Amino acid sequence: MILLDRVTKTYNKNLGPALDRISLHVEPKEFVIVVGQSGAGKSTLLKLLTREERQSGGKIIIGGIDYDKLPDKDIPLLRRKIGVVFQDFKLLPNKTVFENVAFALEIVGVSHKEILHTVPKVLDIVNLTGKEKRMPYELSGGERQRVAIARAIVRQPKILIADEPTGNLDPKHAWDVIRVLEKINRYGTTVLLTTHNVEIVNKLKRRVVTIQNGRIVGDRANASYKI
Amino acid sequence: MRIIHTGIVNFIRNASLAIAAMAVMIVTLTIVLFSLIANATFSNTIKQITDKIDVSVYLKDTVSAKQANQLVGQLRTLQNAEKVTYLNKEQVLANYRKQNAGNEQLLQAVNETSNPLPATIHIKPRDLNKINDIKVYLEKPNIKAMESDPPSYSGNLKEAIDNITHATNILREIGIIAVVIFGIVSALIIFNTIQMAIFNRRDEIQIMRLLGASTSYIRGPFIVESMIYGLLSAIISVLIINGVFVAASSTLQATTLGLLDIGYATTYFDSHFWLFLTLQILVGIVIGAASSFIATRRYLRFKTK
Repeated sequence: MILLDRVTKTYNKNLGPALDRISLHVEPKEFVIVVGQSGAGKSTLLKLLTREERQSGGKIIIGGIDYDKLPDKDIPLLRRKIGVVFQDFKLLPNKTVFENVAFALEIVGVSHKEILHTVPKVLDIVNLTGKEKRMPYELSGGERQRVAIARAIVRQPKILIADEPTGNLDPKHAWDVIRVLEKINRYGTTVLLTTHNVEIVNKLKRRVVTIQNGRIVGDRANASYKI
Repeated sequence: MRIIHTGIVNFIRNASLAIAAMAVMIVTLTIVLFSLIANATFSNTIKQITDKIDVSVYLKDTVSAKQANQLVGQLRTLQNAEKVTYLNKEQVLANYRKQNAGNEQLLQAVNETSNPLPATIHIKPRDLNKINDIKVYLEKPNIKAMESDPPSYSGNLKEAIDNITHATNILREIGIIAVVIFGIVSALIIFNTIQMAIFNRRDEIQIMRLLGASTSYIRGPFIVESMIYGLLSAIISVLIINGVFVAASSTLQATTLGLLDIGYATTYFDSHFWLFLTLQILVGIVIGAASSFIATRRYLRFKTK
């Protein structure tokens, strides 16, 4: 599903590479947690996957798409196949919960009728039924993040990338979000989660990839947090 | 449909910036339209003046009708002579009588003498600025010999005519330069205003980008929005000019302001109203669409390195 082969990313030649020959293979339906300190390269890794940044060297193949052969005009098509959740939610502040989720479908030209059919189902998955008409500022952080997750999965992507989705949340809300991610994973979506939260990593007992100074220094199944 | 709908909704939500962008566009379009009308009016005024201008050649009484016709033929070959007419002594007298119909004493004086007026050739020049060509031609000795008096340039108005032509030419040039400068300045301001509107929504654009929105899907609403600015600005500017003419014709008793013939300007505007409206709308929409197209470009680029 995700294949990285000796991927390097250098922002500034004087500072050395942010990612240094990273190789990673993620199977379909896997739940992988990427851990590492701030500046270790986690965010850079995710930005390469969503093609916000372009790798300086190595190969990235996701769902059969070779990033080297992907023309710029097809980047939107790639992003439609990957769901992304951000630490700062990135909801549209002047749209309601329903509109924010529907927006992801409007972009790809889904009919109004289908939107009315699909969005409530997805809001149900993230336990937000009844809050369709709220504006983002009326929601708690955990609720906002679940709206963002609903938006990310409404197009039924094969891969969901969650970049520190619990970073701004208190433990209770963080767990709400993690439970939703697990549920989505059970439905068959590959989940790639980055986090700082030791407790979450230890309780989830999933595959953990540790990044340090731009290199993978640990990759173990059913692991706990150790730096 | 969604793109147009979003554009309209954005237009309503961003009312303050919309008003700023439109204010600039209205001023520009109004100036452009006003310059167009002023230019047409000046041209009309110049044409009216120049239409009255001709060169009169006065022939000696000894010149026979045949010689005169020969001269007319020669003058017609001149490139700058648009129309050459020959009036014999009797016709000139008849004209003179008509012109001075109210002046009994003068008419009586003319009647008492044998016709003192010379046969006259009127030459209407094609281009007033090249009137000298005709003058030089008339200086030829064989022609000069036939002249009873030096030729007159509309009663020796040559200098005055020159001044008017010169002045109006300058005015026209100033008008063109003003239109160009205002056009550039306002295009820049509109461009900046739209860029500011986009800057305010750059987060939104970024989110749309991350969700996989295509370039045209993101850009479309901005362009629709700017086109609405253009459309409304055009209509308002035409209404402003219309209002100015209505006000001017009702409050100002005089029909001219200096060289600007308001009466003519009003009729010119009224007769071309729909043309101007269409033209303004087109210009407004094109300016809006083009500036928002360029303004959105930098926020829609992908990182390629």
